[in-house]
Amino acid sequence: MAITTHRAWVYGDDVNTDVIFPGKYTYTLKDKTDIAAHALEDLDPSFASQVQPGDVIVAGRNWGMGSSREQAVTCLVYNGLRAIIAESFGGIYFRNCINQGLHPIVIPGAARLLHTGDVVLIDDEARQVIIAGQAFAMPPLPLSVQAILEAGGLVAMLKQRFQG
Amino acid sequence: MSGFTFAEKALARAAGLSQARAGDVLDVRPDLIFSHDNSAAIRRIFEQLGAERVHDPKRMAITLDHAVPAPTTAHAQNHAEIRAFVQQQGIAHFYEVGRGICHQVISEEALILPGETIMGSDSHTTHFGWLGAFGMGVGRTEMAALWATGELWVRVPPTLRVRLSGTLRPGVMAKDVMLRILGDLSVSGGQYRAVEIIGPAVSQLSLDERPVIPNMMAEFGAMSAYMPPDQAVFDYLEARRARDYAPLYPDEDADYEQTYDLDVSNLQPLVALPHQPDQVVMLREALGTPIQQGFIGTCTGGRYEDLAAAARILRGKQVAVRLIVIPASREVLLRAAQTGVLADLIAAGASIATPGCGPCMGNHLGIPAPQEASIISGSRNFKGRMGTSDAPIYLSNAAVVAASALCGRISDPAEVI
Ligand code: SF4
Repeated sequence: MAITTHRAWVYGDDVNTDVIFPGKYTYTLKDKTDIAAHALEDLDPSFASQVQPGDVIVAGRNWGMGSSREQAVTCLVYNGLRAIIAESFGGIYFRNCINQGLHPIVIPGAARLLHTGDVVLIDDEARQVIIAGQAFAMPPLPLSVQAILEAGGLVAMLKQRFQG
Repeated sequence: MSGFTFAEKALARAAGLSQARAGDVLDVRPDLIFSHDNSAAIRRIFEQLGAERVHDPKRMAITLDHAVPAPTTAHAQNHAEIRAFVQQQGIAHFYEVGRGICHQVISEEALILPGETIMGSDSHTTHFGWLGAFGMGVGRTEMAALWATGELWVRVPPTLRVRLSGTLRPGVMAKDVMLRILGDLSVSGGQYRAVEIIGPAVSQLSLDERPVIPNMMAEFGAMSAYMPPDQAVFDYLEARRARDYAPLYPDEDADYEQTYDLDVSNLQPLVALPHQPDQVVMLREALGTPIQQGFIGTCTGGRYEDLAAAARILRGKQVAVRLIVIPASREVLLRAAQTGVLADLIAAGASIATPGCGPCMGNHLGIPAPQEASIISGSRNFKGRMGTSDAPIYLSNAAVVAASALCGRISDPAEVI
């Protein structure tokens, strides 16, 4: 099936890594379930209890600004998030997404077109995202970067290299 | 053909190429890679990769700084795992609890030099721009990959220039310059870009003040930051360095996406309001706001001159609310002890703690209670940053923090001296 359907969680501009995953947990929480349980704790307390595998986040400008902490990505991966669609991303956050195999999709203005709970369609073959009936092209990534994403992340990719 | 930016030159050098342009994707070999308390988590990723040994232990540094001394058993366990890993892999540069914050320590130890490239698993790795180095923060998985392979893909960023002219007035600090930039251009102003901080005002900044601006370029969203190194930097490094270096300077005719000009002569002290570093107002607009705690410290605002500026205000007086002072490194602490600055701070009622990050990211040593407001010389005032969700944080220079702790409300140093 080329086109998949996803439920959206919609947020605004400049959402920082501290509200996505609080710093106080970064050295003590190791278990995936525990990390997942604190996702977006200081932004949207309903998220962690209600998010379902396959959901997507749709945000404004500069999603994931701030710290380099990778749990701000993995806490979403562990909740089964399918992709993050944003007007733009924090630079390190964008790289962290790629390295965790979570697709960061840059689409300007997406968050203004829908509300939390609305549906987003992703067409991987046509490399399109459909939001509120409008189709948006997924911006292409450099080939080497796309390869990391397709391998399922940097760990999976390097495993192939070291373990054959 | 136009000339090259610093980022283009530095990344080409680190990739072993004769030249590179913004937009190129390169495999870069940094001269140094470092991590901190997150090294245990990085090791767990490293082990998944199947690599037995780190690629080059001589080019690795690890500091224990984010939660030191360990506040809980879990933190202590984390540190113990890191020590074992350092031993097992023969990591060349390891700094124990109390040596200081990674960025400050690596600068003091001159582990990175002008023209070189450094990657750290910490967003403030932009800091090393003060030495004329290309510093870039990476995630934990990327650091594990760097440990295993010594290289990482980087897309060469376009560059924004910040040109500083004029002379700072007394009482105005590098922190105010940076807050002005954030207030004008916002927290996304430097997104995906490198920033060159140039102009005649740069060389007038003391060596303690210079790192503040590239450090806080992390708050600007910048991938990296650069200041042209001058004789003062070379002199600082001379007694400390263990190898030769060749500084890099951008070409006059390089391509810039944007140039932002700021005459620092007219600046006044500024304050960033909760919960974002670009919510910047003039100090006088924030005067009188009640605060329950002041904190002078961090890789942004915990160097000797920050402590000295606070001591000048507090000497012979008593703080009205809690003031926590955490020097950025042992070297800073020692110097403050030798000059009497430390004694002035202690006598005025400040609590002094082990060099490290302290409460900056909410681990320990000054977590506010709900509703309690803090004013800090650090760089981040995001909601929940200091460990408590409903505890507002104000950012300012260290002198304003000291004056505010003296009065229990946001205050102007000029009015309390
Ligand atoms: S002092 Fe704060 S900003 Fe600096 S490295 Fe430590 S936690 Fe990060």
